[in-house]
Amino acid sequence: MKIAISAQETGWNAPVDPRFGRAQYFVVIDDTTGEISYIDNRANANAGHGAGPNTASLIADNDINVVITGNGPGGNAARVLATMGIGVFVGASGTVRQAYEDYKAGKLMRQ
Amino acid sequence: MTQYQTQLKEQFMRIAVASGKGGTGKTFLSVNLAKYLSQFRPIVLADLDVEEPNSGLFLKGELIAQEDRARMIPQWIPEPCTLCRECQYNCNFNAIIQAKNQIMIFPQLCHSCYACADLCPENALRMVPQKMGVLSRYRIDNLCFIEARLNIGEEMATPMIAQAIDYLDKNFSPDILQILDSPPGTSCPVIEAVKKADFVILITEPTPFGLHDLTLAVDTMKKLHKDFAVVINRYNLGNKDVEDYCAEDNIPIITRIANDRRIAELYSAGQLVYDKVDHFSKALGDIIDFLSLKTTVK
Repeated sequence: MKIAISAQETGWNAPVDPRFGRAQYFVVIDDTTGEISYIDNRANANAGHGAGPNTASLIADNDINVVITGNGPGGNAARVLATMGIGVFVGASGTVRQAYEDYKAGKLMRQ
Repeated sequence: MTQYQTQLKEQFMRIAVASGKGGTGKTFLSVNLAKYLSQFRPIVLADLDVEEPNSGLFLKGELIAQEDRARMIPQWIPEPCTLCRECQYNCNFNAIIQAKNQIMIFPQLCHSCYACADLCPENALRMVPQKMGVLSRYRIDNLCFIEARLNIGEEMATPMIAQAIDYLDKNFSPDILQILDSPPGTSCPVIEAVKKADFVILITEPTPFGLHDLTLAVDTMKKLHKDFAVVINRYNLGNKDVEDYCAEDNIPIITRIANDRRIAELYSAGQLVYDKVDHFSKALGDIIDFLSLKTTVK
């Protein structure tokens, strides 16, 4: 399963970005292989309009199963993620590692 | 027998009443100026504050016509679609995206530019009308009142305003004076409302907020190369900063409407004030003189 965490940088120690559509990066963790990679979302992060749906489209293209973020996506992005069957967990903070551990421990809220 | 004198060409025929700050008196001035002038000549008042049109609260007229207004948004036809993503690339507003094997459309973000549909190589998108609001036309003696009202939940005011102005262009001869009650602020809806106006009255109040938003409105009007001047409402409140700013920038102040409890009382009861408060009638006279609007009755 592939988990994407909205972040301000890349890697385990990157700070979580509480925003979904305007996050610069998504750190991607494959929890079966333990592999870590990232999605570059900078083009969408700086969009004038519709950052949310475009980011959600990019998430879907990368075959992500679960998104972890802070505040949660807005209505348009949530519609795309729901249509694609992608789970959304909100309330993440601190580093990517912290957010991943919180998710594993069931501390994050499913939206 | 009365005859109306109309002065063509050399006078402003479409006057927008705008402000930076909300609640400074756009509707108050628009309805009263329109009703006052309608004693002397035919006039059209258009409420273009489509998100919350409230000129109609002060005008009890006969409904002459009413029509639904729609804007065009794309609709996806899955069969011919090859999922090439061309539509997503072509949309400047990210209103259409491809999510895996489907195309999703966000009408709230769509600016009805047709790029997605016209540039789709497979003709898999067609533009369809989506209702956005209602245009109503009322008559009150010599005054024709047009109200443009956006449906609740619609996010984009600009297309509704554009259609209301289009309606004015098509339904009234260019020698009938028009007053446009504009939306507040300095963003797209205001620009749409004033862009075809011959003159803009910026109404403000002599407070720090009034001044701050007036400077934004002035900058906007300068960028649009609009002829404009200022009316100060609730004069005697606040401070002199608005006047100092206008003097420094050589912006004419047409008139000052005194802060008056009677005006507030009448207005809050949904009444017109032009014929009830003398100093206000005089202020309206100042505006009419400034704009050389003919009120001569022969």
